[in-house]
Amino acid sequence: MSRRRHSDENDGGQAHKRRRTSEPIEIEDRLESLICRVGEKSTSSLESNLEGLAGVLEADLPNYKNKILRILCSVARLLPEKLTVYTTLVGLLNARNYNFGGEFVEAMIRQLKETLKNNLYNEAVYLVRFLSDLVNCHVIAAPSMVAMFENFVSVTQEEDVPQVRSDWFVYVVLSCLPWVGKELYEKKDVEMDRLLSQIEGYLKRRVKTHVPMLQVWTAEKPHPQEEYLDCLWAQVQKLKKDRWQERHILRPYIAFDSVLCEALQHNLPPFTPPGHMPDAQYPMPRVIFRMFDYTDAPEGPVMPGSHSVERYVIEENLQCIIKTHWKERKTCAAQLLSYPGKNKIPLNYHIVEVIFGELFQLPLPPHIDVMYTTLLIELCKLQPGSLPQVLAQATEMLYMRLDTMNTTCIDRFINWFSHHLSNFQFRWSWDDWSDCLTQDLEMPKPKFVKEVLEKSMRLSYHQRIVDIVPATFSALIPAEPLFSYKYEDESSASLPGYPVSITVGNAIKNRASNEEILAILKEVPNPNQEDDDDEGESFNPLKIDVFLQTLLHLAAKSFSHSFSALGKFHEILKTLTDSDDGKLHILKVVYEVWRNHPQMIAVLVDKMIRTQIVDCAAVANWLFSQDMAHEFTRLFIWEILHSTIRKMNKHVQKIQKELEEAKDKLEKQQHKRRDSGDDEDMEKNSEDEEGQLEEQIERLQEKVESAQSEQKNLFLVIFQRFIMLLTEHLVRCETGSVDITTPWYKNCIERLQQVFLMHHGTIQQYMGTLENLLFTAELDHHILAVYQQFCALQL
Amino acid sequence: MSSKLNALTSDSYTEISQYRDQHFKGNRYEQEKLLKHSNTLYVGNLSFYTTEEQVHELFAKCGDVKRIIIGLDKIKKTACGFCFVEYYTRGDAENAMRFVNGTRLDDRIIRTDWDAGFKEGRQYGRGKSGGQVRDEYRQDYDPARGGYGKLAQQHRSTEARNSF
Repeated sequence: MSRRRHSDENDGGQAHKRRRTSEPIEIEDRLESLICRVGEKSTSSLESNLEGLAGVLEADLPNYKNKILRILCSVARLLPEKLTVYTTLVGLLNARNYNFGGEFVEAMIRQLKETLKNNLYNEAVYLVRFLSDLVNCHVIAAPSMVAMFENFVSVTQEEDVPQVRSDWFVYVVLSCLPWVGKELYEKKDVEMDRLLSQIEGYLKRRVKTHVPMLQVWTAEKPHPQEEYLDCLWAQVQKLKKDRWQERHILRPYIAFDSVLCEALQHNLPPFTPPGHMPDAQYPMPRVIFRMFDYTDAPEGPVMPGSHSVERYVIEENLQCIIKTHWKERKTCAAQLLSYPGKNKIPLNYHIVEVIFGELFQLPLPPHIDVMYTTLLIELCKLQPGSLPQVLAQATEMLYMRLDTMNTTCIDRFINWFSHHLSNFQFRWSWDDWSDCLTQDLEMPKPKFVKEVLEKSMRLSYHQRIVDIVPATFSALIPAEPLFSYKYEDESSASLPGYPVSITVGNAIKNRASNEEILAILKEVPNPNQEDDDDEGESFNPLKIDVFLQTLLHLAAKSFSHSFSALGKFHEILKTLTDSDDGKLHILKVVYEVWRNHPQMIAVLVDKMIRTQIVDCAAVANWLFSQDMAHEFTRLFIWEILHSTIRKMNKHVQKIQKELEEAKDKLEKQQHKRRDSGDDEDMEKNSEDEEGQLEEQIERLQEKVESAQSEQKNLFLVIFQRFIMLLTEHLVRCETGSVDITTPWYKNCIERLQQVFLMHHGTIQQYMGTLENLLFTAELDHHILAVYQQFCALQL
Repeated sequence: MSSKLNALTSDSYTEISQYRDQHFKGNRYEQEKLLKHSNTLYVGNLSFYTTEEQVHELFAKCGDVKRIIIGLDKIKKTACGFCFVEYYTRGDAENAMRFVNGTRLDDRIIRTDWDAGFKEGRQYGRGKSGGQVRDEYRQDYDPARGGYGKLAQQHRSTEARNSF
């Protein structure tokens, strides 16, 4: 049976989706479908669709009121990009049925409380915005909305709370103003002025230590990377100066004004913001990503200015569309490209800017990196005449500004660009970038091109890369990923390990047993010792070298061959790497033989950690060792480090989960025993089981503690090494009166930032230890600043 | 309070397809159950020259890859244009279905599909000539997959002999 599906031209299951939603079975499904789909492409106007739907829902209220309430609450929370469509719908329903309007408002307030309790702050913003737009639809009375805003802003008066808490309440209020500012000012201008002045005061006294850590570029030109609240404040200020005239937002309720203004309004119940809880996770601060302005779109509509409220609304809506549809790239691309009001804005530029903004977001993108690559490809497919050009323009601009781009963002740029090119036969105008050829290879531009070519080679093969770049780029072409065997041939006969390498190589080929091989290896002289009188158990770097080089050489053909070799000789390798020295040396040997194939190094290190031939701390020590100093700024080093940290984290989480499961089992068992009555036999069995579980829990508890200790130690090792390297550099520069900002320094300090940002959740647990042991006041202020910025994120 | 809306939780790229392995040891229900929980993907339409390294580089963008098994011609024991990719978690495999399926590897649009799990023997093509079944009957010329389909190759050589 062939794998061919009839939707062979599609690259996904979109056909299934179409079939499913066109045949809903139950009325509830039908209601859900009708509500979710209103506002999408239709032969009728949006107004007539809303009118029709309002009629249908009104008729269904007697039987399906609760279901309809639930669906409307859900779309308010989950489809913020269609906010005004649904507020209009609610407005029409309220006009026809005042009680329903009241019940809806109550349900929304309940939902708001729930989302705040569950740390769903982003969704809570959408709910408050929905409520505020209901003022425009005559569902909610303006004064009661202002009262809610006043309660929110009063959070800025709270003491001893994280700044990110009061940040959020201020953000919510400001983010509603593009939609409802005009109406609120018309009804309650004195109160609104007071509110804004309070907000202004708060914004002035806010601490902004965190900002440098979140900026994509360190330069202010051509586009400053503004802190998100500062930017939004500037936008609201400008909107106020323009007398709240806002022309971008689609407002279907305007067409229904005559109907809606007859409706009776509801007052929002007084809403006290829930108090601060210690386990609350407020959203992290952000920096607004901008790469385009009105000078960039060559023809057609002009891009709204950076402080225009239109810019805010467009970015919000596009981000919401991605948030809703990221799992389905075809739908996502189609929805982005059919953004309402697209004819008045250079939509392609906005889309590209928003996508790169998310991809480069610090600490982490909202979604997995590869999603953005595939989404951009999908967009290029749908707009082949225009989007690829914008993307090329964007790539060019990003390249031009590499000198001030954050290293973490450069990593993502490298990965995106190489993956993107691999889908388009690596076609690129490399000659446009020949300026990088005259620069030192450690400078950001040539470094970027070098890493892109290396990644591109991994997705293709060496000769391909040679063919796609001009001959002038030869210095940037990666080395052929070949094995470097020390004991290659007779020319290495003088090396001390050479004779044994031949013997052991033959032994492996002839499927000798582990004992036989260990016996052969005993013959390897130990350069560390005068007389090798023991069983050969102590650390013998040459033994490791001879065995591993020979083994990996025999298995060099592919990843699978190498993994199989590591598996077959696992026992021997564990014996050889019993000590920390041994672990370090095995990593050295792996690097030596595969130094032209970083991808192979990475997968071998991964395998060796997973099979416990080396541990995570050994890998960290190896990466920071003097031997690897010359590779320190290469991307593969950091990919290995972060992968190692992630493995450690997953390991801890796995054991913690096992512990939780065992505890749950014990609890269930205890309940069972209590409920089982007086049956003696059952009691005995139950007690036995409980005893076993308790033992298991004790063991797991120890395992968790041991794993956490290992994890803490890993971070200590890494941070310690960073501090040593950076301090050394800073001292050297100071004594030599040299500028500290070399390319190496920029890379190193941003890598330190990267460790904090990429693993912030885990590092939080160890802040106390880090502060006491490492990040003390004696530290050079350049290094301490990174730690302080991290703390300021109040994660 | 509010519900997850079915219309919005669509994740069609991760749904199981119509394909069922005819050699699967077990009934349809068992196979579907495995497919719905599997961490393993079948990857098709590879070039015969695509390496394990290339597959790894691409699929590692979705998560840590546990192993890759390159599909082989049963007779020649050379790559015959498909492979299995196994992840440690289903979530990572789902991302591959969403973001790698239908994109290019080695300049070819590749297809991914859920697999019930690798078993020894499944790494071999099931076509009569040793490669994949699809290469037995196809009429087009694909230089990255041995040129013409096997049947078409036979016809061609028959024709050549006859015209000689």
